[in-house]
Amino acid sequence: MAKILVVTSGKGGVGKTTTSAAIGTGLALRGHKTVIVDFDVGLRNLDLIMGCERRVVYDFVNVVNGEATLTQALIKDKRLENLYVLAASQTRDKDALTQEGVEKIINELRENFEYVVCDSPAGIEKGAHLAMYFADEAIVVTNPEVSSVRDSDRMLGLLASKSRRAEKGEEPIKEHLLLTRYNPERVTKGEMLGVEDVEEILAIRLLGVIPESQAVLKASNQGVPVILDDQSDAGQAYSDAVDRLLGKEVPHRFLDVQKKGLMQRLFGAR
Amino acid sequence: MNIFDFFRERKKETPASIAKERLQIIVAHERGQRSQPDYLPALQKELVEVIRKYVNIDQDQVHVALENQGSCSILELNITLPDR
Repeated sequence: MAKILVVTSGKGGVGKTTTSAAIGTGLALRGHKTVIVDFDVGLRNLDLIMGCERRVVYDFVNVVNGEATLTQALIKDKRLENLYVLAASQTRDKDALTQEGVEKIINELRENFEYVVCDSPAGIEKGAHLAMYFADEAIVVTNPEVSSVRDSDRMLGLLASKSRRAEKGEEPIKEHLLLTRYNPERVTKGEMLGVEDVEEILAIRLLGVIPESQAVLKASNQGVPVILDDQSDAGQAYSDAVDRLLGKEVPHRFLDVQKKGLMQRLFGAR
Repeated sequence: MNIFDFFRERKKETPASIAKERLQIIVAHERGQRSQPDYLPALQKELVEVIRKYVNIDQDQVHVALENQGSCSILELNITLPDR
């Protein structure tokens, strides 16, 4: 039975698309047939992060409207056998997605994939609602910063009341917290909310902490999901998060300030 | 550690701790509102308007809360009238 995962946050710019790309790629790397679906109609960006922007022929809305089949619209990743992307439409029509249309596609994807990763748009409007509506599990991406934490809490409220599972009275969506852009140095100085603080406020299980990292911009510049940069701290942190998502017990890394060695101090290497 | 850090440590008022405290308050407040039906704010507003016809009160002097106890719900209305 396929699992529908939504990557959501409420607030924009916290790393939803980066996370969707990394988690989806991580699942495929571990042998699970995965599709990442961009729900951000009008502001398509997952294709750029995944590096397949020039191969988009048909999109989500084309499939909903019957202008293309799902097979035609799915973009197969060039690096991984098990990985596919479904691009969002660039239409300006806000009502391009309907609940029935999304349901039809989700059901079709359910039959062909083990994991469907839904990359939610920011906000709590229709696109964000449709992205989370059919979800079995949710990854709530949060920055250690007041507005992001507040919006995440609001999103948790919506997951608990406005999703299909909530409306049907089924078992609630399983919620995971992913703290991104974490800076241990600033946390130590008392300038930034710590992981325990955010956990205490949101009170959901912690999936992972992704350190603020130069690797993320570097990866997006090149259209490579950051998890494939296995030398980088962010890539390794995402990799741990995927293992935890699959039920493995992995200790959290990158929570403390990395002590610089003598050589690093002298030469300023990172 | 310099002398300023020493005082800061004692007060424990770091920017992060202020953020945490503010968040805890606002999040608790918003969670409380979440469990209430959507019509409560409108009800409260209309009540204030009715009472204002007779007594001059502010919006925040009327407190409306809905409590669920088993099979029955209690609508609690708390109005503070100004001193004469």
